[in-house]
Amino acid sequence: MQPEAALPAVGATPRPPATLTQSPREPRPTSLSGKFRWALHWESALVVALVLTVALGAATSAEFLTVSNIFSNVCLLYGELAIMALPTTLIILSGEIDLSIASTLALSSSLVGYLSSNHWPMPLVIIVALAAGIACGLLNGLLVTRLNLPSLAVTIGTMTLYEGISEIILGPAIITSFPAAYTAIGVKAFPATGGLLSYSAVLFIVLAVVFGVVLHATPFGRSVVAIGWNKQAAQFAGIRVKRVKTALYMLSGLMGALAGILYTFRLSTAEADNGTTLILPVIAVVLLGGVSIFGGKGTILGVVLAVLVYCSLQSALLLTNFNSNALEIVTGALLLLSVLIPNAGEIAARARRFAGGHGTSAPSAKGGRPPASAQ
Amino acid sequence: MKSTSSKWRALVGAAVALAMASVGTASPAIAATTLKKGLKVFVVPKNLGNSYFTTADSVKTGGALLALKQLGEVGQETSGTTDTPASQLPVIQADITKGANALIISGTDPNALCPTLNAAMKKGVTVVTYDSDTNCRDLFVNQASPQGLGNIEVQMIAKEINPKQPTAAAGQIAIVSASISDTNQNTWIKYMKQELTNYPHLKLVKVVYGNDDTATSVQVTQGLLSSYPNLKGIISPTTVGIAAAASVLDTPKYRGKVRLTGLGTPNEMKKYVADGTLSEFALWNPADLGYLAAYAAVELASHAITNAPGQSFVAGKLGRYKVGADHTILLGPPFVFTKANINKFNF
Amino acid sequence: MSPAPSATGPVQGRGPQPVEGHGAGNPGQPSSTLTWSSRRLLDAILRVREVGIVAVLVVFVAVATSVQPRFIDPQNIKFVFSNAIIYALLALGETVVVLSRNVDLSVGSVLGLSAYLSSDLFSQVHHIPIVAVFLAGLAIGLACGAVNGAVVAVARVPSLVVTLATLYIYRAIDVLIVGGGMVVASTLPGAFLSIPTSSLGPIPYLAIAVAGTVAVGAYVLASFRPGRELYAIGSNPDAARLAGIPMGKRIFWSFVVSGGIAGLAGVLWAATYGTIDSTAGLNYELTVVAAVVVGGVNIFGGSGTVVGAALGALLLATINQALYVLGISSFWDPAIDGALIVLAISLDHWITLRLTRALRKGAVQHAT
Repeated sequence: MQPEAALPAVGATPRPPATLTQSPREPRPTSLSGKFRWALHWESALVVALVLTVALGAATSAEFLTVSNIFSNVCLLYGELAIMALPTTLIILSGEIDLSIASTLALSSSLVGYLSSNHWPMPLVIIVALAAGIACGLLNGLLVTRLNLPSLAVTIGTMTLYEGISEIILGPAIITSFPAAYTAIGVKAFPATGGLLSYSAVLFIVLAVVFGVVLHATPFGRSVVAIGWNKQAAQFAGIRVKRVKTALYMLSGLMGALAGILYTFRLSTAEADNGTTLILPVIAVVLLGGVSIFGGKGTILGVVLAVLVYCSLQSALLLTNFNSNALEIVTGALLLLSVLIPNAGEIAARARRFAGGHGTSAPSAKGGRPPASAQ
Repeated sequence: MKSTSSKWRALVGAAVALAMASVGTASPAIAATTLKKGLKVFVVPKNLGNSYFTTADSVKTGGALLALKQLGEVGQETSGTTDTPASQLPVIQADITKGANALIISGTDPNALCPTLNAAMKKGVTVVTYDSDTNCRDLFVNQASPQGLGNIEVQMIAKEINPKQPTAAAGQIAIVSASISDTNQNTWIKYMKQELTNYPHLKLVKVVYGNDDTATSVQVTQGLLSSYPNLKGIISPTTVGIAAAASVLDTPKYRGKVRLTGLGTPNEMKKYVADGTLSEFALWNPADLGYLAAYAAVELASHAITNAPGQSFVAGKLGRYKVGADHTILLGPPFVFTKANINKFNF
Repeated sequence: MSPAPSATGPVQGRGPQPVEGHGAGNPGQPSSTLTWSSRRLLDAILRVREVGIVAVLVVFVAVATSVQPRFIDPQNIKFVFSNAIIYALLALGETVVVLSRNVDLSVGSVLGLSAYLSSDLFSQVHHIPIVAVFLAGLAIGLACGAVNGAVVAVARVPSLVVTLATLYIYRAIDVLIVGGGMVVASTLPGAFLSIPTSSLGPIPYLAIAVAGTVAVGAYVLASFRPGRELYAIGSNPDAARLAGIPMGKRIFWSFVVSGGIAGLAGVLWAATYGTIDSTAGLNYELTVVAAVVVGGVNIFGGSGTVVGAALGALLLATINQALYVLGISSFWDPAIDGALIVLAISLDHWITLRLTRALRKGAVQHAT
């Protein structure tokens, strides 16, 4: 079966300008008074959700909080998804999107399989796979920044393209023999973590710290957020928007390739469509983490918490007799709630107006370059 | 539904099963008395929402869960929603965590599940595969011998093309397969090619892949018809592919002119057999496959048998089965559905 | 229809502003300031853009035919049309949504839900008229579309997020309802199954009907107020709001239309394939958005036509069929598709750029 394909959207474009009624820095204002605002911080809500999820898991199964469950059913299974969520966060923060990251994973996995089956030394294979990932990101970045194409459309195209290249590389072959030393990275616990954390989880933790510091404490990170808020202002402030964005796409390609290597070692299988179904969950987790699809707003902490909520909820539901067919309903509902709850008060007010027959202004999903109009 | 299954059995008349068919679960066989009750057994098909596996697994159809229920075990069907190891693996791991005594798995990948399954077997969990094998299991319950399936499909298409003298059947034929990396499919196609050497005038011109997706299978069939206007027959060894190919051929232009056969389920093919788009096709009974796999799993988990070749046990209504080479149990020869018998089946 | 621009809500519409590298003339101004001559020029070029897709189609068919003459065999043409029909319909609905700067990712899931529920009626209700089944499919689609539209318009949540969520939710509902079952051809009436196959020569009646629907859609969008307002919303939301366009209502109804069309497409899917399980329409959203983009519809709204989108669907179907007929390894299929999409949007961008320059030049000349 084909993987679940996906295509979210976001603009190749700048923040909307400040309007008469709203500061652009507060795309999600609350109607509560300031002193309660802390309670509405999305991160706090996620912490509550995480506690509830863990409580649910512990209540349904005595196994939930055991080391072996946390290792094999949480850390191991969602490591690649978690790693891909990090660069995706930065890209969405900058007001763009990368739908091709999971296809980069597939491409990297195919390369690892193809090259290692041709007896290339594994370190070289890994370097080539990572370089290919960077190249994929570079192509995305150039198309988006130099040709000014909308990233949604570009990465829908390259999502198919990279998976297609992956199919050309590997064809029908499924490569399943890899050196045991490397597949151990995929299935064994990281030393000195008491069997709790997988290599991918340790890598995620390290990367999350690095991404967090870079995003929130360096000029580069601040420029990413600035671009997402208001690209023009960022430009006027001397930020090299095109360069920053291209760098973000290359980073995304690199992380996709890294996830591809981990995925290949974890399943000790290289197959042309490996991991391509992960793209929707990756986007969903980032949005659940409170990152605005319009860019400019969001934190790594929020995304890390969202990853934890997502993984522990999936794991807890799997341990119950919950119909696994319905797991996707949970993903969808989480996604909806993540955008509805922060605006609940206003939505209720608007719903009353809307039902009352007054037209209201409505949002758009996508940023927009001013298009040529047919009008 | 039980009557359907036993009727089916009677029709097949498989030598292994026939004599024991009426023995049922009340079999006095010694093994039966030593079977443990209350075992946690998880049935893990390739994916959920797949009608073939629903038939193989459900209580209603007489599949794996019925056998488990009759044996007094705690059976449950679990799997992911897509046919990939990434979707199946979390479920298998959760099953192990939930304290599974035995797993009955149709593998989405021959190797990807192995680290998990090997670890499970080391912990004493019995792993039985059915429908699609993996490289790590105690026992594989095989639906039919690959060679038998390959042979019968070629024999059927030859008969469709030249009913009077199949060996003289002549013309171009093509195969509509599932995915290009499907090991089952590729093995069957290999044996088809072998069997085709007995039919010197049949020429296999192309193998196309519909990825077990209805729309794609329709497109590749159309592509075949357009590029080979003299095509005489299509073999589709997959239930999705044969139904899709039948829907394309079910027009006055092609009906009866391009012959079709392969592996299909009776319900999906009823219309096309009734209107003459094809006259016969084969399959095993998926419910019997699940039923047999369940018995094998419980026998192994109870230590009533081992997985050594030559061990044998009575699988309820299906009768006595023997473990063969490579720790494999064979369900029996494939069954051929025709206009005369198709309405007796409901799966 | 008196507009009541919200005074409190966050205004999320994308403001008009020049974009880096675009060198757009004066996009901040509503299009009404365009001169008559530049508008005619614009119309002419837009028309040329559809001719462009047709030209690509013709060239492609010519190349394919020179390699495999049977590519223009009437039977093969019929196959191409029959495969393009469902995508063309979905592209029509998707365009209505995309024009207003939104996107509907749930079309594949709506199609799947409608395909199963509507075709299952044949075995649930004896002798149900075929028309009633189509109406049921339509109703299911309208309901799904109304949910999408209501959440987008009332909650002002980005349609990308909303329809990504409902893509999951509608599909999961479908899977839960279908379980492991399926609707099989023997339960469907012959008259229903022959709808997609009956044809006038190589052209299925259904293709003619879809072409008619697209033509009507194009006319409505171009000539009636609600249609033109969708273009206005997509090209400049702030200006549209100031001009008093009821944006919420327009956007709501665009999702309802898209859902309804996906519902109808579901019934046609059932008639075309005859075997319906919970995977009907899986992953269609990608192809539909690709068809819309290839068809020259601006992914950020405001420009493009349903005719272009339908032609985009036809082009993709033709390319796919060519890959099969020419016997090109199916491994190359996605790579070619992907490269084509990238190429199409690059071309689209190039044309838009040229257009903007020409317009600016025209405007300057007019002013002097």
